[in-house]
Amino acid sequence: MTEKTFMAGFGGQGIISLGQLWVYCAMKEGLEVTFFPFYGAEKRGGVARASVIVSTKEIASPLVTSPDSSIVMNMDSLPICEEVAKKGGLMLINSSLVKVDPKRGDLKVIKIPCNDIAEGIGDVKIANMVMMGALSKATGAVKLDKLEAVLKTFFPENKHKFIPMNMAAIEAGMKAV
Amino acid sequence: MAEEKRLMKGNEAIGEAAVRAGCMAYFGYPITPQNELTAYMAKHMLDKKRTFIQAESETAAINMVFGAASTGARAMTSSSSPGISLKQEGISYACGADLPMVIVNVARSGPGLGGISPGQADYFQSTRGGGHGDYFHLVLAPKSVQEAADLTYKAFALADKWRMPVMILADGLIGQMMEGVVLPPPVDPASLPAKPWAVGYQDASHRPNNHVTSINLVPAELEALVKARFKRYEEIKATEVRYEEVGCEDADLILVGYGTSSRVALGAIEMAKAEGIKLGLFRPITLWPFPAKRIGELAAKGKKFLTVEMSMGQMVEDVRLAAAGKGEVYFYGRCGGVIPTEDEVLAEAKRLLGK
Amino acid sequence: MELVYGHPKSLKSVQTKYCPGCGHGVIHRLVCEVIDELGMQEKSVIMNPVGCSIWADLYFDFDSVQSPHGRTPAAATGVKRMLPDHLVVCYQGDGDLAAIGTAEIVHAANRGEKFTGIFVNNAIYGMTGGQMAPTTLVGQKATTAPYGRDPVDAGMGYPIQVCELLATLGGTRYLARGAVDTPANVRKTKQYIKKAFEAQLRGEGFGMVEILSPCPTNWQMKPAEAVEWLEQNMMNYYKLGEIKNTLEEAKK
Repeated sequence: MTEKTFMAGFGGQGIISLGQLWVYCAMKEGLEVTFFPFYGAEKRGGVARASVIVSTKEIASPLVTSPDSSIVMNMDSLPICEEVAKKGGLMLINSSLVKVDPKRGDLKVIKIPCNDIAEGIGDVKIANMVMMGALSKATGAVKLDKLEAVLKTFFPENKHKFIPMNMAAIEAGMKAV
Repeated sequence: MAEEKRLMKGNEAIGEAAVRAGCMAYFGYPITPQNELTAYMAKHMLDKKRTFIQAESETAAINMVFGAASTGARAMTSSSSPGISLKQEGISYACGADLPMVIVNVARSGPGLGGISPGQADYFQSTRGGGHGDYFHLVLAPKSVQEAADLTYKAFALADKWRMPVMILADGLIGQMMEGVVLPPPVDPASLPAKPWAVGYQDASHRPNNHVTSINLVPAELEALVKARFKRYEEIKATEVRYEEVGCEDADLILVGYGTSSRVALGAIEMAKAEGIKLGLFRPITLWPFPAKRIGELAAKGKKFLTVEMSMGQMVEDVRLAAAGKGEVYFYGRCGGVIPTEDEVLAEAKRLLGK
Repeated sequence: MELVYGHPKSLKSVQTKYCPGCGHGVIHRLVCEVIDELGMQEKSVIMNPVGCSIWADLYFDFDSVQSPHGRTPAAATGVKRMLPDHLVVCYQGDGDLAAIGTAEIVHAANRGEKFTGIFVNNAIYGMTGGQMAPTTLVGQKATTAPYGRDPVDAGMGYPIQVCELLATLGGTRYLARGAVDTPANVRKTKQYIKKAFEAQLRGEGFGMVEILSPCPTNWQMKPAEAVEWLEQNMMNYYKLGEIKNTLEEAKK
């Protein structure tokens, strides 16, 4: 099994944490992983993108050029993801912010209102976690059963109180698929 | 027992491996895409009461390493391409003074300011000395975060063993990406063998004076020194060559790539396999000394080579020299910070094979 | 019988390569006398410069490190950080310190690196053959200032007063300017060196002693004339004395 995912959203939507947590959990589940964030000169704003691969075998190129799955967190990311998505690939769209459909007809599209679900749980900032739950359910590549332990090392101690909310977001994301 | 696998950025893994190798002094200057490495060293060297200085320039940083290394301490600097150009003066002096040190290049695309995206266009600079004078130094090219840690750790031992700078030639992708890594065990700096040529603590042994210098104005004497150094280079070529080979023996075409390019080549090879095309991978790990002998052997068997690089073609010259006309050598490269894709490389391989 | 004056132990008994009337020999001796008085011969490292004193390791009888031209303060930083209980002496000329190595001296001084600079100012490049130095006086001739240093029309700039320049930096604790023209000034210069070395051993931050020194060969003068020229010209612009002293003992 190899799942190559391309993730995109605007800076601040948590694309980097989403990718990092995805591969962190995958690693804890015994998979090989790479996470390559596109780095630029600007430190805020812009489209944040990451190449993320989890696999049962050694990973060749860390650069995802033909993703099995792509994550579209905002409008600006849609054309970028549509351009690279593998034929017949999976596309998870944050339908709270993306109100149009992809132009390509070959993609398996799943719409998740990540922002609305996150706000319902208590904070729009965890929209990325809703998306990660959806990605897990839709691909089956990473089960996320080690997430709670991972979050304990990922977050500093004073942020541990937010872990239940993050776990709830994952759960809701899984259910939304 | 090996430690638990950790998820780390290449830049951080290099830093942690250096700390564990007993690096006592790190000197750096901010430049993208290696900034996490400098920041990592700031925190972890200071926490361990070791020396960290953010220098006023790359030039100063390499000369601080020069000074620290003169005392026998394990010392390191890191930068990215334009900064490595600035360090070449110090690297030439260090090679002339036979000083061990580790220099990390998280390369980007050039020339000039160029871009900050990954590049492999510093191959010539790294493997041909880079500065003025007749000299070489070891150059190690990691392909993954794990190897970036392992080779950095190893680099300190190699530098001490051969009394020369060792360069880690990575690129922005290796530095910025995160992968799982199992880190090597920490070395106790106090357990490392003493360096009898180093300055300091003359009072303990009353030994004769030690002079760390690259100067000699007597041509015959300097010639003898340079020749002795080149004799050492021959020993290094005989014993330190490292490379990885995948399915070269029965391949119709061997892809040659180092670092990031080798990962792309491996992807193309896997895709080719699915189509019934036999491609091999030859991955130099030591760029100097270059694994010329093995390439020569494969060439003598009539193998064809396709060198894949993130440059306009630099390592390909070494492949051609090694093949010595016995095997055909082709080149595919992207530059300017563009990383070649597996599809592009496969398409080129198929074109060359007439498939 | 008590020996009251002799050849310093730290200075090798060899004939130097320096020209007649050059100040380097006297300055080497002063450095070595102080090192002997402090009992530091086997715990000192001299940072050899690039310039006429490039062979300092032939004369100083202790360990040495030679780095690229101008980079000596950076290399000295590395040495001293690794050997904090050693005496590290960064010996530099005016081209080395105030031209090619300006960034390195300014930042080492500003970091308060705990080594001592010995800055030999003879207002000319010696080894390369009499080119204009950053400290060459206005109107002074050099091979690269054949009509004299012309700061404005020829755009050659003004002679740099290094002690005064470094005095503004927080990391500098002791900056003094001496000269080796007369026995009295030689003795005073030695006192400055001793103060700076003692401060280094106490870990009190950056110290430097600038020393005005004659270069008869490149000034194209006889040794006696060179001393006279130094006194009449250099001393007017480069004032002797302690330019900055914020050492603990000075506060008492």
